Amino acid sequence: MTSASPSRASSTLVADASQADALEATWRDPPGWRGWICAVNHKTISRRFMIATFVFFLLGGVLALMIRLQLAQPANTVIGPSLYNQLFTMHGTTMMFLFAVPVMQAIAIYLIPLMIGARSVAFPLLNAFAYWIFVFGGTMLYVAFVVGSGPDVGWFAYVPLSLTSYSSGKGVDFWAQMITFTELSGLIEAIVIITTILKMRAPGMSLQRMPLFAWAMLVTSFMVLFAMPAVMFGSTALITDRLVNTQFYSTADGGDALLWQHLFWFFGHPEVYMIFIPPLGFLSQIIATFSRRPIVGYPLMVLALIATGFLAFGLWVHHMFATNLPDIGKAFFTAASLLIALPTAAQIFCWLATLWSGRLSLRTPLLFVLAFFVILLLGGLTGIMLALVPLDLQLHDSFFVVAHLHYVLLGGAVFPLFGAIYYWFPKFTGRLLNERLGRWQFWLFFVGFNVSFFPMHILGLQGMPRRVYTYPVQMGWGALNFLSTIGAMTIGASVLVFLFNVWRSLRRGEAAGPDPWGAGTLEWSVPSPPPAGNFVAVPVVHAREPLWAPPVQPSYVTGLSNTDREVLITSTVEAQPDHRFWLPPPSPWPFLSAVALTILFIGSIFTPWAVVWGAIPVAITTTLWFWPKKARTSARTSTEVRP
Amino acid sequence: MAPPFTTSAGAFLQSVLQPQGLQAERIWNLWNFTLMLCGIVFFAIVAVFLYALWRAPRGTAATKADLDHGHSRRAHHLAIAWALGLSAAGLGSLFAVDLLTARKLSQLLPDDALHIDLTGRQWWWQATYRNSDGAPDFIVANELQLPVGRTVLIHLRSDDVIHSLWIPALHGKLDLIPGRTATLRLRADAPGSYRGQCAEFCGEQHALMALLAAAKPAGQYEAWAVSQRRPAAPPQTASAKQGLRVFLSNGCASCHTIRGTAANGMAGPDLTHVAARETLAAGMLPNQRGHLAGWIANARAIKPGVAMPPSTLTPDDLHSLLDFMETLR
Repeated sequence: MTSASPSRASSTLVADASQADALEATWRDPPGWRGWICAVNHKTISRRFMIATFVFFLLGGVLALMIRLQLAQPANTVIGPSLYNQLFTMHGTTMMFLFAVPVMQAIAIYLIPLMIGARSVAFPLLNAFAYWIFVFGGTMLYVAFVVGSGPDVGWFAYVPLSLTSYSSGKGVDFWAQMITFTELSGLIEAIVIITTILKMRAPGMSLQRMPLFAWAMLVTSFMVLFAMPAVMFGSTALITDRLVNTQFYSTADGGDALLWQHLFWFFGHPEVYMIFIPPLGFLSQIIATFSRRPIVGYPLMVLALIATGFLAFGLWVHHMFATNLPDIGKAFFTAASLLIALPTAAQIFCWLATLWSGRLSLRTPLLFVLAFFVILLLGGLTGIMLALVPLDLQLHDSFFVVAHLHYVLLGGAVFPLFGAIYYWFPKFTGRLLNERLGRWQFWLFFVGFNVSFFPMHILGLQGMPRRVYTYPVQMGWGALNFLSTIGAMTIGASVLVFLFNVWRSLRRGEAAGPDPWGAGTLEWSVPSPPPAGNFVAVPVVHAREPLWAPPVQPSYVTGLSNTDREVLITSTVEAQPDHRFWLPPPSPWPFLSAVALTILFIGSIFTPWAVVWGAIPVAITTTLWFWPKKARTSARTSTEVRP
Repeated sequence: MAPPFTTSAGAFLQSVLQPQGLQAERIWNLWNFTLMLCGIVFFAIVAVFLYALWRAPRGTAATKADLDHGHSRRAHHLAIAWALGLSAAGLGSLFAVDLLTARKLSQLLPDDALHIDLTGRQWWWQATYRNSDGAPDFIVANELQLPVGRTVLIHLRSDDVIHSLWIPALHGKLDLIPGRTATLRLRADAPGSYRGQCAEFCGEQHALMALLAAAKPAGQYEAWAVSQRRPAAPPQTASAKQGLRVFLSNGCASCHTIRGTAANGMAGPDLTHVAARETLAAGMLPNQRGHLAGWIANARAIKPGVAMPPSTLTPDDLHSLLDFMETLR
């Protein structure tokens, strides 16, 4: 598969077949069981990461169906209060921490190097480590849930309810430690993505030629860097309050119950945008391709992404309007919450102008992202309602908010995500997903979603609070809840159609070729699936859509080694070639370090001493990970060229 | 379950959509304005979107990408600038209306206000009415009676976890946070029974932590307050007298107060006038003898997780206890 080279593109080159083979051998992961543990290729790790997050998505979906089953009728007793409280806690936790944020990072570590003309991500070993930590953390939470130690205090785990006085079991400890796992993984991925984007772009891909998805991931990753430490501190303080009797949150001993809410939402609100901004990148890529033209207003789009990233940090108190904070403070957060609508509006208007003046090819990927213009739009407008303090006092913590957040997160993230899967699945696997099944899935999803979630607006206005395991029959909420459950089942059916579509395509899907959509960005210049080293020759970029622009010489870089994992480092702004760099070969140490750290994290739930003795294996594995290798160092030195 | 909450007119209310007090009315007005504005924006954008989809020519993957779109660039930029300007104007007007409403909400005049201290507990409400000097007057549980047309200041606190008071027909919600106090200002403008519910997840039985706010004309309210101030009348019948002895000798008194008797526990609801309440178990059950019997026998079977322990009373003792409690009007 490596002998194929792109048939049309400015970066097209006729590759020497032996070069391609050498490159493949250099960048390939080891075969067999060693490959399971030692793999570091960004595409291998990303594929596993995507599958892991998707499994969590399916688990979270099953929990949602159980929730809907219980609420389908008033005074229902299918699921008792204790299990129900675990279900909604696990559903929220899964979807936010184990699916929505990491799935975007997982897709990015596949696509970003291909989009920017790089052979790998920066820090491939760290990338593998982040994947393992994520999988171990998520698995720990589900094992705890299955054996009956699931958390039951909500995905927001408000103190004092989550302190030992009111939640004495281990469930909250597992929850808080899951935060540690996933945030560690998320922070590492952010560092990997930022470094890859800023230092490893192909020569000529200056910042103003970068694909909008890369911009979206750059902004998202910086947000991760600034937001996640808040919740990591918060959850660590929660763990120490629970395990070693610190008093961060205990009112009786001088702690503060609201401190947790500030720390949690200082992370929690930007998190919504960490989920929402990468899909804005999906939209920009997909709308451009299927409108057969570049997105209108590229500079405005980039500025809008950056503005969103900044403003997202000024909104967190709108989750706390009912906590009796000073009015003047609330007005500030109302203003910021209204203001953040503008950059999103700017992007919507740019996309509308693009669609308006494009030549549309209404394939499934476009269909999914077009749902954004109805669903996210509605969710954004209800978000504006919630930003107004007096309205929020009525709507907060009611089913209206459940409706709002699902309109935003599904309309703003899951619909575009499915669009992105239909769009890039051929690149990942070499096969197209079936168009007919795709349309079935789309319409089932679109109709099911609205049937499920629109009635919740009305339920909230009729006074139904969130997180209730039941409601008396006299409340009159039964019919709309039943309707909502039917909608949820329809969404479930649409996901089954999707799974069938994937299964069918993997077996006998239509072969995709390098570029089934006629797209403009670099990932479509390489075969599908891409060879281990991505680009047989690293391209030189002269335009925003290199595959659409007329060819310009030089079209590719020469002189990079085919026998070592050598990559080109370029300057941050202009992407001028700077130096060559060797990335490390496959290694078992990321996996083993992750295992050692997992033992420490889980052990510390049961005894604080685990932090002490658990540090020994962590120290050993990480030391061996970074142990200098003489042969490699001397080989590296010998290739140095003096100017 | 019989309907636990009915107003005199048979109506039942826990809805934002039918405001029954000044504050809820003000929020309702803001809601209508916002809904109108957002509705216009929604339909305008969807219309432009659908029109764009309808008018744009079709292409395929083989269609050559249109890189030369200089001719329409100016028009696009102008349209986007206009749309952004309109959006900013809309958001600005919403902000102004928001500030005005918030200001009005905080300026409800407290002259001659009734003060109530409301404490959230897992999973019930304790209300202490203050007299005109600000001193505690009497204590009730899970039911508020409010004088129509008079400002009521409800001072919120919590003894355990965070709860949130939400009586949609009267006002938005406000949290009860341990270590902090907050004051909800409201005024009921129409007589009726308005149901409220805890709106902040507070543990296993969060779903069934309700309360009833009954708004009554001033005269009826005063009559109710007078009756609540009185201690419990001494039991008259032999069975009721036996019931009081059962109450005092089986541990009930260590958690519950009945003024006028030796029972003075503070962990559970004050039962001095329990028979005058419409509901039991924080709005869960209608206040009927059978439900009360079941609750006393094994509250945790009805509402898992509650603090009230199961009892081991003999049937005779239970009947006496119920006879006694029915006198607590």
